[in-house]
Amino acid sequence: MNIAELDFYTQAILSLAALVGLTSFLMLGQGRLLRLVFVFALQGFLLTLTTGLAAYSLNNHHLYISAVLTLVLKVIFIPWMLRRQVLHMNMHRDVEALNNNTMVMLGGASLMVFSYYVLHPIVQSSSVVMLNALAVSLSVVLLGMLLMISHRQAVAHVVGFMSIENGLFFAAIVATNGMPMVVELGVAFDVLVAAVLFGIFFFHIRTSIDSLDVDLLNKLHEVDK
Amino acid sequence: MIAAYLVLLIPLVGIVFFAFAGHRTDTGKLNVRFNSVSLLATIWLAINVLNQGTIISSGKAFLIDPFNVYLIVLTAFVGLTTSIFSSPYMAHEKEIGKLNDTRLKLYYSMYQGFMLAMYLVLTANNMGIMWVAMEGATLATVLLVSLYRTPESIEAAWKYFILCGVGIAQALFGTILLYYAAVQIGDGDNALLWSVLYENAEQLNPEVLEIAFVFLLIGYGTKIGLVPLHSWLPDAHSEGPTPMSAVLSGLLLNDALYAVVRNKMLVDGATHSNMAGYLMMGFGMLSFLVAAVLLHRQKDIKRLFSYSSIEHMGIMTFAFGIGGPLATFAALLHMTVHSLTKSAIFVTVGHAAQVAGTQSMDKIRGLIKTQPKIGWGLLIGTISIAGFPPFGVFTSEFLVLLATMHSYPWLTPLLLLGIGIAFAGLFRHIQPMVYGDKPEGQLPVKANLWPVMIHLALVLWMGLAIPGFLANWFSQATILISGSSPL
Repeated sequence: MNIAELDFYTQAILSLAALVGLTSFLMLGQGRLLRLVFVFALQGFLLTLTTGLAAYSLNNHHLYISAVLTLVLKVIFIPWMLRRQVLHMNMHRDVEALNNNTMVMLGGASLMVFSYYVLHPIVQSSSVVMLNALAVSLSVVLLGMLLMISHRQAVAHVVGFMSIENGLFFAAIVATNGMPMVVELGVAFDVLVAAVLFGIFFFHIRTSIDSLDVDLLNKLHEVDK
Repeated sequence: MIAAYLVLLIPLVGIVFFAFAGHRTDTGKLNVRFNSVSLLATIWLAINVLNQGTIISSGKAFLIDPFNVYLIVLTAFVGLTTSIFSSPYMAHEKEIGKLNDTRLKLYYSMYQGFMLAMYLVLTANNMGIMWVAMEGATLATVLLVSLYRTPESIEAAWKYFILCGVGIAQALFGTILLYYAAVQIGDGDNALLWSVLYENAEQLNPEVLEIAFVFLLIGYGTKIGLVPLHSWLPDAHSEGPTPMSAVLSGLLLNDALYAVVRNKMLVDGATHSNMAGYLMMGFGMLSFLVAAVLLHRQKDIKRLFSYSSIEHMGIMTFAFGIGGPLATFAALLHMTVHSLTKSAIFVTVGHAAQVAGTQSMDKIRGLIKTQPKIGWGLLIGTISIAGFPPFGVFTSEFLVLLATMHSYPWLTPLLLLGIGIAFAGLFRHIQPMVYGDKPEGQLPVKANLWPVMIHLALVLWMGLAIPGFLANWFSQATILISGSSPL
């Protein structure tokens, strides 16, 4: 694959895919919650750009609606809500000590390689560009999970959860030019409800354990000790 | 077709009604009425399908065929009987001060929300909408798990939310891959419709579909409660209000399995291998064995029966994995009898916990002496779920065993061993609770055990002789899924 020979749209999509992947890694190593939320908003913005670009170059009007939804939900509403929580809990000065940061980053890199490995059969039926786009989406999903595993704050878990959603959305836009409109609206509705529920949960967890450190939620066990 | 729209419309009205009507003393009874009307609508729908065969709505948004129509009726039925139970149960919880009016309002509104999500999962023709509805079911129930606002219930709800949310995201990735394979052969807007995909399954790219199925199985499998993705299930079942445990076990798990089987039908058509089946068999067997062993180490009565649910979902997943007509028939029957028995058990367990004032099995004693109806209900329910003849669970497990002996004989000992371990695990806990000495001062509670009796009677009926129309439905669904008739 020679990058220079591809058309402008494909080149732009590849660069955006790389940037989206990069933001996932940035989130993974981030110990400060406000910066984490900021990088998450940045990822949402890159997603909006991707959607807008796809809408423009494919002349597909319903993708504009998706772009606006992404902008409102993932760049404005959710980061705003999370930021408010962090400031409210006075956690913006804390730096979360991440255990084994090096290992987590190495793990992240291996997950990316793994995504390429899993999706490699797709090359037989489509282009290398598609493989890149799908593999980056899958690795964003997996990196989101790793983020949830390695961080202890509930806010970081929500960021991980929503960034998994970002990865899926990226796959839908790039590989299939967006899902059918009714499905996309449904997914956006689910994300919105989930975000509101997370807000409610922060309140409940805070009143219950006086902290948002989910490691303290450890009362229930598989078998009784 | 009007019937299908009605089925979806009634719970939708219910959500809005309960959310805005404010709490009234008769809210519980109104909830029962909403569910009775839903049941009537689903029966009307079932009669339509019986007369006309598969129905696809004019916009192709909904698909009702023999496979999902009986699950729709089952959903409505269990929804109704559980609401009959929940009305006095929730009133009692309010009396002892565990709940207030606002939370009851939330409870009834979200009960209808959950029912709507279940009907939508079952009726949706669009695989994307099916996913949206499945996620909607999580969102509707997550606040109900934490309804009591105890630290444990909040922990359970958080776990449920995060684990099912992340899990089901995998299913969305699978759905996107499915769509990706579909747009390569057809037009965009209809490409996610199950009916269209099923017709063109032969042309779908097998490599992409294989990858997609792995994600779909993991995603929906989290909701089925397959080991090792099950850890949310016992927590959510034990900490939420008991009517919720009954509908989660009886309906949600079934519907998640339904979603997996729908996808399996597409993947099988494309790959011509039994890859999907082997995956389901592996996960099913693992869940079945692990849950059977874990039954022995439980202390909480609701956790005990939620592990039993995992065990039975394991059997069903395993049976659908085997795939032939006999195994598929058995799995469909097992879905029905398990759903009826398990919701009946949770109803009795709810009353038993109210009698004893605790869910800890060490402290629940002498149920037969205190309130014979509850004691016998629990005992008969357990006998039924453990797979004793003449109950329906025995019939379906026996058929699964036969199918296994036929196709994979070397797996039969494992299956028998698991059933034995599970049986011992259940009875060592149940026996002292039912027969033990009655603690001092233990008094009967106001209980409505009609739902339990009706459920168990139906299960008994299905064990003795499956009624003709039901057998006909099952065999039509079996033909649809496995391609040939079991009878």
